[in-house]
Amino acid sequence: MNNLFDTELKVINMGLEDFAETLKERGTKVIHVRWQPPAMGDEDILSLLDKLK
Amino acid sequence: MSKIDQANKKAVERMMKSRPVWVDIGRARDVIPGIKDNLFLHAGPPITWERMSGPLKGAIMGGLIYEGKAKNAEEAEKLAASGEVEFAPCHHYNSVGPMAGVITPSQMVFIIEDKEWGGYTYSNMNEGYGKVLRYGAFDDEVLKRLRWLDEVYAPVIKEAVHLAGGMDIKSIIAQALHMGDDGHNRNRATTSLFIRTIAPFVVETDWGKKTEYDTPRLDLSNVNEYFKGGKATAAAEVLAFMHSNDLTSLNAIMAACKSMALAAHGVENSTLVTTMARNGTDFGIRVSSTGDKWFTAPANVPDGLYFSGFKASDANPDIGDSVITETVGIGGFAMAAAPAIVNFIGGNPADAFDATNEMYEITVAENNNFNIPAMDFRGTPTGIDVRKVVEKNIVPRINTGIAHKEAGIGQVGAGIVKPPMEMFVEALKELAK
Repeated sequence: MNNLFDTELKVINMGLEDFAETLKERGTKVIHVRWQPPAMGDEDILSLLDKLK
Repeated sequence: MSKIDQANKKAVERMMKSRPVWVDIGRARDVIPGIKDNLFLHAGPPITWERMSGPLKGAIMGGLIYEGKAKNAEEAEKLAASGEVEFAPCHHYNSVGPMAGVITPSQMVFIIEDKEWGGYTYSNMNEGYGKVLRYGAFDDEVLKRLRWLDEVYAPVIKEAVHLAGGMDIKSIIAQALHMGDDGHNRNRATTSLFIRTIAPFVVETDWGKKTEYDTPRLDLSNVNEYFKGGKATAAAEVLAFMHSNDLTSLNAIMAACKSMALAAHGVENSTLVTTMARNGTDFGIRVSSTGDKWFTAPANVPDGLYFSGFKASDANPDIGDSVITETVGIGGFAMAAAPAIVNFIGGNPADAFDATNEMYEITVAENNNFNIPAMDFRGTPTGIDVRKVVEKNIVPRINTGIAHKEAGIGQVGAGIVKPPMEMFVEALKELAK
């Protein structure tokens, strides 16, 4: 853990793209992965999707 | 594999196996089953006259004048509102039309035959750019061009396609994706191939050999001064018009895509989208296993680039049946094949690849007819699954032209539009019943 801050950071960012952008602006190498919770976390829709598996 | 996954596999295989061939041209009332003299077809889901947007109202009014049912705009508006004219979606008659998509009973239409599954689909003639009926314009210039299309252009290409023994539209789309087209918004390659295929037969037609005919001539001096003065043969004029209009092939392509979508419709348990269409007020979809039921929501305004002198506040909400292309895996889904298109709709070439990659998330197959060279010939993402759209919160990517919100002005730009998620959620609820 202590070594983490002594080496070059290479970040994989998931979800909120703003975090990736901020790191990029600071010169950090970052790969952004688009991700969001299934059906945006809507329980009613998730139960419909369960029925349609 | 679940019964739904099996059904979707069957539906998308039927879609990809469909073999649409342009076989003929005919008058709508004579060839489209169910068309009658007071029935006007339009793009998108069903809509009443009162709720129609400016461009659609303009196209209906222009159609009424063209049909001789009204003498001017006032008469046409009154007649359209009277209830004496019936309106129905093109899709209810296995037809499709770009933008307002108005097909009137007397208009000539492309006839596409599905040589694999049988049946016919239809679309009207493309009028070109500028002031045109499909954007709600109906001045004398528009009406004159419509007359020329029906009385000169259509008979010539009808005879030509007979001589050719038909034209395989699917093959043209597949080749055009290798030449920088997406099959929806960029049509330079499809139209070039279309002309190249039909031209030898156009010059062989009897109709095309005429140098004198009663229909007022179209002004084609924008193509070449040679066409001033009416000395050219009809065949030369037809080919010059095709050359002047990159959209020449679009309507036939749309009808071919309708043929493919139709092949996937009606598969029990399938959750695939088989219709997407907009009427300028509402966006609507239909799903393979839910019959003729439409799921609709208010159409969004496209986000794009505007022609000089126009701005976003001039734009009408999304309109047209041309999204049938995305429904079968081309158009916005094949953006990576057409990086040059970003000049027209905004963004950069990397965005084109992002768009296609994202569409693999919501589709069930990679097309075995249409592929993208720059992606190692990967098949285009095909077969939109309602479940995936809702689960991943990703809506289909659509490339589109932008109409002015007022009738008669025409196209003001082009861009990208997102269909509303609500209708996919409604479809999901229906499927889960």
